[in-house]
Amino acid sequence: MMEFILLINSDEKTWTTMTEAESGRVHAAYMAYTQALHDAGVFVAGSQLAPSTTATTVRVATDGKTSVLDGPYAETKEQLGGYYLIDVPDLDAAISWAARCPGAAYGSIEVRPLVAVPAVA
Amino acid sequence: MTEFALARDAAERAARESYGKLVAYLARRCGIEDAEDALADAFASALERWPRDGVPRAPEAWLLVAARHRFLDRVRDDGRAARLHERLAAAAREAQWAFERSPELGDDRLGLMFACAHPAIEASIRAPLMLQAVLGLDAARIASAFLIAPAAMGQRLVRAKHKIAATRIPLRVPEAEELPDRLDAVLAAIYAAYSGGWDDPGGNDSRTRGMAVEAIWLGRLLAQIAPNEPEVSGLLALMLYTNSRAAARRDRGGTFVALEDQHVELWNGAAIDEAEGLLKRAFEAKRPGRFQLEAAIQSAHSVRRFAREPDWAAIVALYDELMRLTASPVVALNRAVALGRRSGPARGLEALGAIASDPRLEGYQPYWAARADLLARAGQREAARVAYTHALGLTVDPSVRRYLALSMEGAT
Repeated sequence: MMEFILLINSDEKTWTTMTEAESGRVHAAYMAYTQALHDAGVFVAGSQLAPSTTATTVRVATDGKTSVLDGPYAETKEQLGGYYLIDVPDLDAAISWAARCPGAAYGSIEVRPLVAVPAVA
Repeated sequence: MTEFALARDAAERAARESYGKLVAYLARRCGIEDAEDALADAFASALERWPRDGVPRAPEAWLLVAARHRFLDRVRDDGRAARLHERLAAAAREAQWAFERSPELGDDRLGLMFACAHPAIEASIRAPLMLQAVLGLDAARIASAFLIAPAAMGQRLVRAKHKIAATRIPLRVPEAEELPDRLDAVLAAIYAAYSGGWDDPGGNDSRTRGMAVEAIWLGRLLAQIAPNEPEVSGLLALMLYTNSRAAARRDRGGTFVALEDQHVELWNGAAIDEAEGLLKRAFEAKRPGRFQLEAAIQSAHSVRRFAREPDWAAIVALYDELMRLTASPVVALNRAVALGRRSGPARGLEALGAIASDPRLEGYQPYWAARADLLARAGQREAARVAYTHALGLTVDPSVRRYLALSMEGAT
């Protein structure tokens, strides 16, 4: 088994301009999806993130000075809005879960394996 | 071919056959990178020794033993080699056990082919990856067929293999529901290996591109393992048809010869017969596809060996069908050429005019060569001269340049 993270990206305007009925449907779809991950025994962690307007980007320069900036690290059309961490046998399984995520229909899901830390003997 | 060359070819084929099976087998157990690493030296010495000493009776076992010996030397000073050796030794025991029960380990290679053509692998590296993983070809040889610098090709291959290992791309045949799409990707990669990623079934550009023999080998392997997939047979037939004309594509002076001017006695009749058989069986499945249609077009051209004129109406109809499936500008171009033969150059030019604005054709040599030919046939000398000049400017191969220059002279 291998852990994969599903990074859910979308244009945040999609959510702010949505009708209440529609956002209710999306919410229900996410509940069902999360339940399905649990039922399949592949769920490790997952959460929605607060909008990118709440983001703060921190860097420490070579001279040791800390810079703190308002905003996400990159201003792009699509922003990271949530993630799931799942434990599945291979990339095909991760891709098929990513395709079923409700967010895949509103933006894109980046699938990345986690680097396994060797067990300490 | 001399007797020695034949023996050498047979030995090389046997070495690549066993190597591919073993890489596929080991890759499922310890990853593609380690599998290749473990077998690299053993494979090199097989390529060197088998042509001289003959192919061993149990070639896979020979390679495994050679790989283990080689590893014993490295184990002492390299921790990674030690771990690898442990896994290799276990895999080798298992492989030996499997060989004793069944001499064929072929099926793992199919899974390896699917991994190489996985959608998570960048499309343009799939064919080179397959040539390396399944046939053990080195990066330099692949690079020259794809007109890419060897160092760049080597790097891209390493990156792709690392992606297979690091993201756990499975080395197996996909589930039934995804199989059609995934099989299409495997077929496209084999065809790209055949053509060097250059879509030119008519052979208008005779630059040495692609690896015809190796791609046909992959096609045969796939056809052996998946004999009931009509597109698999269609692709193999297509490659056999076009490759059957390899010897006729240049004259004695080395000048390119267009398909309709080729001496049919130089065509490889046995290869065409095999292709005809494959295509006939493929069509019986009644699941037509791109490769079956392209093979059928080549079949229609092949009737010239019986001193018959190709049925241009049938060829145009096949291109129409192909257009519905692919909407490719190259198909549209070839359709226009066929239409020019069926209904006269004016109709051909009309069809060409409809696609002339496609930016993908602007720098495509076969487009300008076809346009020049149609204009010349229509008696539009000045326009033909301009088109020939364009085609010449886009041609690298001197044998095609000579052909175009001669055609231009004759037409204007």
